[in-house]
Amino acid sequence: MIVEAGHYALVLAFALALFNSVIPFWGIRAHDDRLMATAPSVALVQFLFVATAFGALVYAHVTSDFSVLNVVENSHSAKPLIYKIAGVWGNHEGSMLLWVLILATFSALVACASRAMPQDLHAAVLGVQSWISAAFLLFILLTSNPFTRVVNPPMEGMGLNPLLQDPGLAIHPPLLYLGYVGLSISFSFAAAALICRRIDAVWARLVRPWTLLAWMFLTLGIAMGSYWSYYTLGWGGFWFWDPVENASLMPWLAATALVHSTAVMEKREALKIWTIFLAILGFSLSLMGTFLVRSGILTSVHSFAVDPRRGIFILGILVLFIGGSLALFAWRANDLKQGGVFAPVSREGALVLNNLVLSIACATVLVGTLYPLALQSLTGAKISVGAPFFNATFVPLFLPLFLIMPIGQMLAWKRGSLLGAVQRLIVACLAGLAAMLIFAAWHGAPVTSIVIGGLAVFTIVGAISDVVRRVAIGGSIGENFHRAIGLPRSTWGTAIAHAGIGVTLLGLAATGWGVEKVLVIKPGDVVPVGPYELVVKDFGAEQGPNYSAKFAHVNIRSGGVKIGSIDPALRFYPVRRTSRAEAGIATLGLGQVYVSITSSGANGTYDARMYWKPLVVLIWFGAIIMALGGFVSLSDRRFRIGAARRIQRIVAAPQPAE
Amino acid sequence: MGRKFLALAAVLFFAVMPSLAFAVEPGEMLKDPKLEARARTLSQQLRCLVCQGESIEDSQAQLAHDFRVLIRQRIKAGESNAQIKAFLVSRYGDFILLKPPFKADTLLLWGTPVLLLVLGSGAIIMAVRRRRPMRKPASLGATEEARLAELVGTEEG
Repeated sequence: MIVEAGHYALVLAFALALFNSVIPFWGIRAHDDRLMATAPSVALVQFLFVATAFGALVYAHVTSDFSVLNVVENSHSAKPLIYKIAGVWGNHEGSMLLWVLILATFSALVACASRAMPQDLHAAVLGVQSWISAAFLLFILLTSNPFTRVVNPPMEGMGLNPLLQDPGLAIHPPLLYLGYVGLSISFSFAAAALICRRIDAVWARLVRPWTLLAWMFLTLGIAMGSYWSYYTLGWGGFWFWDPVENASLMPWLAATALVHSTAVMEKREALKIWTIFLAILGFSLSLMGTFLVRSGILTSVHSFAVDPRRGIFILGILVLFIGGSLALFAWRANDLKQGGVFAPVSREGALVLNNLVLSIACATVLVGTLYPLALQSLTGAKISVGAPFFNATFVPLFLPLFLIMPIGQMLAWKRGSLLGAVQRLIVACLAGLAAMLIFAAWHGAPVTSIVIGGLAVFTIVGAISDVVRRVAIGGSIGENFHRAIGLPRSTWGTAIAHAGIGVTLLGLAATGWGVEKVLVIKPGDVVPVGPYELVVKDFGAEQGPNYSAKFAHVNIRSGGVKIGSIDPALRFYPVRRTSRAEAGIATLGLGQVYVSITSSGANGTYDARMYWKPLVVLIWFGAIIMALGGFVSLSDRRFRIGAARRIQRIVAAPQPAE
Repeated sequence: MGRKFLALAAVLFFAVMPSLAFAVEPGEMLKDPKLEARARTLSQQLRCLVCQGESIEDSQAQLAHDFRVLIRQRIKAGESNAQIKAFLVSRYGDFILLKPPFKADTLLLWGTPVLLLVLGSGAIIMAVRRRRPMRKPASLGATEEARLAELVGTEEG
């Protein structure tokens, strides 16, 4: 009954999405305030219905209702509760429902939070959001219904893929989807601005927090996914230039460019056409990622992607939205007047360079991901584009950004002085050089690690220098403190986010100094790995809730003293008859000792991989710092003031009635 | 489909994946660390033909194992990296190389970043040039100067 209610709620949500796809635009055309005013309420009710549908599916999974096909295929009664809940989105149908739920949530937030917006723009944004909702709700209802019943319910479900039975599943997909779908708001704002002809600094200020929010979630989602693969896959890799990863990296690059170009548009009314284009591009790349992953084009060997209708449907959505928005763009972009003028050497100039590099990097990833497909369908020739290609193209393209970043921060708006900026970065330059010397003495080769490590330190210190030069201009400590507090939050946000990506780069550079041992281990072995000694104590076995595990007990010694122990394990999940490694990881300072085992068994031994990964934690820690920078920037006064004005208006509204 | 794909597919849920094991197995490795290092570098550049975009270094498929053993045999026999790659390409085509060679087929692949860099920089330079005249307003003529002085004068008075 609850399951059917969920299905019905989804149908109602679709009907409301159709309503909101038309009525607000009618209102805008007829200049009818009442028609436009329906948009927010309908968006809120639509959110309630989608949430009801999602709740119904969660209920079916939690209660292990094996009369529902989706539950049968992806759940098992012995599964721990957290995976019964997270398993809701651990499959195609459920994850699409989560996608739509997040879309509805964002629409509801826009409906509530943006009353400081011009009414027509507000209605149009919600209208465009409803187009997207309608398309995806129809997709779910027609091709991917999660509420399908089974005629003869089995006693037990087939279980969830063991690789997904990880706390990562509870956090990572929702975060990534918040990022992907968050970009839909920027897209809707861009389309609405084109429709209402309201492309100005006010628009940029309104759209900026949403873009920042989406960017933060994307940053965290990608980092989380990277860490998840790092600790699950058993050999410490964290990025593979895999098409599915590229599908998340491209929107991130576009969103990063968009965050920067909206800054220019907000401050100086320049780069309007480009910013609108980027907003369209960002969400288009999100959609394309969904298509590539869902259609089975890139994963054609996969057994779950057998339904070609899904691929064609999503391709249709893709063509409709990307094509439609670009057509609208081409139609209206000529209306745009060029905004503020600036010299090539200026903050704007640096941000233009940033956008150039980010978009080319994004295009490189796009071409690298799609080229084998295109070539094969055009000429039949099969080629592979893997990590070595991206290392040879993307990396050299992207690295100059780390030089531009601190310089850009030091340049003034409109017209800056390059010499002045470099002078302000003396400390950062010296720090970078000193870091290179220290790295060379401490770790030595490879040279790339030394150079990139130095660059990372330059970026971090350069980002901090920007804050320091604004705060430490003399006076007592108290005055400096007040100045630091008084600094715009967006300045702090920029500095923090830039330092964050520098920290990530430092972690990436340090991978070159890692130590790896691949060997056969038996109890009693002592293996020197980097600065530590790993002592294999014994092997054991244990029984988990829905798996059995074999593990090795390994002590970590430093200078003969035991400083920790890890238990790398190999888990076997009988329901799916698959096994999964559970690496043993000990974080020591900023580095990690990483050990994983695989069954081999001859004479009671295991094949093992042992690593010392110096500074590796920084890769993900940097991403958290970046997101924190976004958060601080989001709390900037000018965004909060918009909110305060809204409250006043609500309070003031009833007065005439009295 | 293997490890690489799993990385995020796990995330995006599709996976009906085989079990996990490691790539290079201790038994396969060469005694000489220098030769072994060469073998590892080479393995990272070669695709496991039956996997989804994984290198033979990362894959646990039987075929990848066979390839790893094969390249180690050839390294021991004294062949250079280029010779081994050429041999594999002659048998399996460019598909085996994770970094596609630069030729007519892949012109657009390798050329796109460079092309965009040139086009993008060109567009920016053009935009800057076009704007420059706007930056220097012509100085006022004599009559205008006089009118300005008059206006300023009246305001003060």
